[in-house]
Amino acid sequence: MSWLITLFVILPMTAAFLIPVIGKLIKGFQKTITSVVFLFLTVLSLFFLFDGNTEVYSYKIGGWEPVNGVPIAIYFVIDGFTILMLSIINLIGFFSAFYAISYIRRFTAENNFYTLLCLMVGGMNGVVMTGDLFNLFVFLEIAVIASYALVAFGVEKNELEASFKYQVLGGIASLLILFGIGLIYWKTKTLNIADVSDILKYSNDRSFLLFTQIILIAGFGLKGAMIPFHAWLPDAHSSAPSPISAMLSGVLIKAIGIYCIIRLFFNMFIINHEISLVFIILGSLSMVLGVFLAVGQWDIKRLLAYHSISQMGYVIIGVGIGMMILANNGNKSVAALAITGGLFHLINHAVFKSLLFLNAGAIEYKTGTRNLKELGGLFAYMPVTYSTSLGASMAISGIPPFNGFFSKLLIILAAIKGRFYLVAFLAVVVSIITLASFMKFQKFSFFNKSSITEKPKIKEVPFPMCFSMIVLAILCLGLSLLIFPGVRETVLTPVVDILMNTTDYSSTIKDI
Amino acid sequence: MTLFILCFVLFLVGLYGVLTRKNIIKIFIGLSFMEFSTFLFLVLIGYIEGGIAPIISKNITNPVYVDPLPQAMVLTAIVISLAANAMLLAIAVKIYKKYGTFDIRKISNLKG
Repeated sequence: MSWLITLFVILPMTAAFLIPVIGKLIKGFQKTITSVVFLFLTVLSLFFLFDGNTEVYSYKIGGWEPVNGVPIAIYFVIDGFTILMLSIINLIGFFSAFYAISYIRRFTAENNFYTLLCLMVGGMNGVVMTGDLFNLFVFLEIAVIASYALVAFGVEKNELEASFKYQVLGGIASLLILFGIGLIYWKTKTLNIADVSDILKYSNDRSFLLFTQIILIAGFGLKGAMIPFHAWLPDAHSSAPSPISAMLSGVLIKAIGIYCIIRLFFNMFIINHEISLVFIILGSLSMVLGVFLAVGQWDIKRLLAYHSISQMGYVIIGVGIGMMILANNGNKSVAALAITGGLFHLINHAVFKSLLFLNAGAIEYKTGTRNLKELGGLFAYMPVTYSTSLGASMAISGIPPFNGFFSKLLIILAAIKGRFYLVAFLAVVVSIITLASFMKFQKFSFFNKSSITEKPKIKEVPFPMCFSMIVLAILCLGLSLLIFPGVRETVLTPVVDILMNTTDYSSTIKDI
Repeated sequence: MTLFILCFVLFLVGLYGVLTRKNIIKIFIGLSFMEFSTFLFLVLIGYIEGGIAPIISKNITNPVYVDPLPQAMVLTAIVISLAANAMLLAIAVKIYKKYGTFDIRKISNLKG
């Protein structure tokens, strides 16, 4: 059974190396194999998610067994949190690849596009599955180098400039992460996350650990674009082709930024008050400044990119509040509520932000512009794009039947119960400004009259693009079911348990 | 300890280069400096005073071996940074073809 989990890395990598070879000979090979691989992995991860037991699967690469209880091999670990991330990555990956079937016809090198997409997804799957710090760095670099190339895929002035900026900042982030990993190795003489956590339990070198933690926050914060480190995100996410923007904004910043931070700081380091304070401050700053920067934007994709920063702030706040309550030995049920809210918002954001980027891509595909001032009156010509983007806009700004409302509600409730009144107030205000910003997006793209609608050639986008957008819009509505008891126990509660019982991770992994 | 401080100074030199230079190639060189200082740090943490290469042989009594794992890590990291550097330089060449300059003050269509 546990060998199945290696498929999450093997299949995308195999596809990535087959596409340049066979794709030249057989027409349409690249599109088919990418979609099939991602669909298979989505089904596999959903099977793991809903199989009803909370067992932890692990695979030791090379088959090296532990010696005297000390792990030697590189571990692949699948627990509740990992499987949740894997489902999101492969689901969004599948819809992006399917959407790209029509969208990417405008570019020439289709084989290269699908190769890089497969590499990126394979790298992200590796990052969330690995149980080894250096292996995490290797997979992270695979994912980000593929994303550097994908950002520059259009090879025009803006794309190249954005990619250069992204690469310089991403390079510094990678070095900080490598430096942090080196510091941890220096202290503990091991790289296995479970083993490191065991050794750090008995360590009392507080200042050294704080230094390491701050280096790692800076590194992963740069990758995950929290607000003092956000400068590359709006350029890179708006310059990439739209399916890639959906992948970058919906999945990449979560898998290599937020996931690594949560995993390392809950399950590896000992939770402490100062670091959770840093998280709450960073989260609040991202949430507030991100939305203020977004309001003034007229380019659709830049507007959405700034909203990504703001929405990730909600996730960090939820997790940070939970961490602080746990560190102060506060009320455990409030901490569980906060972490549930944060993780729920992470899932929701992946779905509605990818959908919004796909909508932006559909508008650009038909009209050739992303500037809101030039658009207008599209609702009669593009009904599918209009209705799906309306759903996604309501979800992101927290209108009740949609999923965004419930996750924001959980975070705000937890903030009030934990007596973070300022944070709760800011979260409400930011939600209102988000609503205003998306009303602007809806009004200027779909309702205003403008010259562009007089051209008769504008009609709905082709079937693959419509299909991806419609299914994601249904998911926007359907994911709000996760709040109800019954569904919540199978999906969210195991993850929250893993994060709440911080030291159980190491003992579970070492027992296998 | 002196070696660690020198290693950190090298890191700062690289960071200074990345932050102050205006030429894309010089920024790249600064980034390489930072990479090398990080690799040097990794090698240094595996070094043990008076250690020898970790090859087990019967002739040596009470051997002190250096830690081989950081060396393996450095080799992997060098290969990865080779890929990243090749990517960065490829983009730099493309930028020169489009803009006709390496000066980042003239390459500013986007406002981050």
